[in-house]
Amino acid sequence: MIDIKNVNKIFKTKSKAVTAVDDVSLNIHKGEIFGIIGYSGAGKSTLIRLLNGLETLSSGDIVIGDDTINKLSKKDLRKKRQKVSMIFQHFNLLWSRTVYENIRLPLEIAGVSKKEMDRKVTELIRLVGLTGREHNYPSELSGGQKQRVGIARALSNDPEVLLCDEATSALDPQTTDEVLDLLVKIRQELGLTIVMITHEMQVIRKICDRAAVMEDGKVIEVAPIIELFQNPKSSVTKRFVQDELDDEDINVQIKTIKESFPNSTVLKLGFVGTKANRPVVSQVIKEYDLDINVLSGNIKQTNDESYGHLYIATEVDSEKLDEIIDKFESEKVSVEVVK
Amino acid sequence: MNEIKEMFSFEHVKLDVLWQSTVETLTMTGIATLFSFVFGIILGIILFQSSKSKTKASKPVYGVTSFVVNLFRAIPFIILIILLIPFTKALMGTMMGVWGAMPALIIGSSPFYARLVEIALKEVDKGVIEAAESMGATQWEIIRKVLLPEALPALISGITVTAIMLVGSTAIAGVIGAGGLGSLAYMVGFTRSQPDVTLVATIVILIIVFVIQILGDTIARAVDKR
Repeated sequence: MIDIKNVNKIFKTKSKAVTAVDDVSLNIHKGEIFGIIGYSGAGKSTLIRLLNGLETLSSGDIVIGDDTINKLSKKDLRKKRQKVSMIFQHFNLLWSRTVYENIRLPLEIAGVSKKEMDRKVTELIRLVGLTGREHNYPSELSGGQKQRVGIARALSNDPEVLLCDEATSALDPQTTDEVLDLLVKIRQELGLTIVMITHEMQVIRKICDRAAVMEDGKVIEVAPIIELFQNPKSSVTKRFVQDELDDEDINVQIKTIKESFPNSTVLKLGFVGTKANRPVVSQVIKEYDLDINVLSGNIKQTNDESYGHLYIATEVDSEKLDEIIDKFESEKVSVEVVK
Repeated sequence: MNEIKEMFSFEHVKLDVLWQSTVETLTMTGIATLFSFVFGIILGIILFQSSKSKTKASKPVYGVTSFVVNLFRAIPFIILIILLIPFTKALMGTMMGVWGAMPALIIGSSPFYARLVEIALKEVDKGVIEAAESMGATQWEIIRKVLLPEALPALISGITVTAIMLVGSTAIAGVIGAGGLGSLAYMVGFTRSQPDVTLVATIVILIIVFVIQILGDTIARAVDKR
C-alpha cells in the first residue's frame, strides 16, 4: 500500500545541512495501523509530511497505491491528498467555522455537490459521535471533541490512508483512549490504512499492528508490536518499552526482599501472547511444591495479544532452579534470575 | 476671554451648512474606506504570499510591492495631495471638492491598510494553513476559505483604524478645498473668525470617530468565535 524506498530529506540552511530523514525504507500494508515512534527530533514529523507531499524529499521514492508521491504534478498531488488525509496534534480546526462547516471544508475543496456534502457531513458527524454538536464552534468543544472533528474532516473524501501526526499527544489519557478506540473503529468500518507518529509507547501498544522506531532520522527497528515488547533490539526501543512497563520501584522492592530473605532467588517471568492466559505459574508451584512471594506483576494488552511480566521470590537450590527454568521455558515463559 | 465666550455662543452655526459638510466628510471617508479595503486586501495578500513563498519570482514581487507601500506611507498626506494634483486632474477632471480629494485619500490610506492586512494574515495559525494544504486546497482556496475568514477580526479592526485615520485626512484635504467638516472649520471658522463653527465641526468629527470605533469593535467582536 505504502512503499517508502531509500528516502532522504535534507534541510539546507545557509550554514549547514541537516539530515532529517536518513535513508528510510518501509513497507506499510493495506488496512494496517502502522506506528512510527521516536523522541522529538527523530525525524518522524518530517517523514509523515513526506507521505502527503507537504515536504518534498531530497532523494528516494514514496509510492502510495498507484502513485509515486514525489513524481506527481502539483495538480495531481492536490488530488492525491484528498485520498491521503491527515489529522494533527493541535487539531488545526478553523475557529471561524462550525463543526459542520469544518467537516465540509475538504468537500468544498473537492468540488462535491451541495446535496452530497450535506449527506456526507451528517454521516461523518454520526460516525465520530458528535451528533447535536454540528453548530458549535471549535472554541466550545473539549480537546477530545476537537480531535473527533479533525478525524471526521480527514475522512470526508473517503481517504485510503489516514496520517496521524501526534494525534493524541495534546489529550489526557482518558480522551486519548477514546480517540484511539475511534481510530480502531474507523479502520474496521472503512478499511483504511493508518500511519501514526507518536512519542507515546502506550499509543503504539494499544492500537498499532506494527511499528518502526526512529532515531536521528533513521529507522532502527521495525517489528510487530508484540515483538518490540518481547524482544526490543535497540537501546531506544528498550527505553520506550521500559518506560511503558514502568517498573522503577521494583528495584527498591527486590532490595528489601533480599535483605529480609537472604536465601531467596528473585525471578522475572516474561509472558508473551496467548500463554499469558494459561495457569503456568500455579502448575509449577504445585509440581515443585514451592512457596513463592509475588513482588510485582504487569500484564498489558496490545490490540490482539497480551504480554507482561511477573516478579516472584522463592527459596530454591540451584538444581531445582534449573529444573524450574526449563519447565517455564518449555511453556514459552521466559525466565530471568534477578541479581 | 471674549473669544472664548464667542466660541460657545454658537451664533454663526448654520445647521444646513453643518449638515452638508458632515455629509461630505462621511462621503469622503466612506468611499475612501471602501476603496482602501479592496486595494489594501489585494496588496496585503500580495505582500503575505510573496514573503512566504520560496519561488524565485516571489522575492522581487515582495521587494517592489513593499517598496511602493513604504514609499506612499512615508509621504506626508498634505504633500501627497499636492504631488498628486496632475494625476487627480487627469483622472477626476478636478482637484476640488469631494471627488478631487478621493485619489489622494485612497492612495494615502491603501498602503497603510495593506500593512495591517499583511500583519493580520501572518497571525493566522500556520497549522490551519497546513491542514488546508493537506486537504489538497489550492493557494487561492486557502486565501478565500482559510486566510481571510480566519483573519477577519483583525481585518475589521484594521479597517476601523484606517477609517479613523481617513477622517483626519479628509479634514486636511478640506483645508485645500475638498469640502467637509475640515473645510468648514478652516474656511469658515478660522478665516472668518467664527470659532464657534470650528468648535462644532470638531465635535461632529469626534462623534464620527467614536461611532466608527464602536461600530468596528462591535463587528470585530461579533465575528470572532475564538
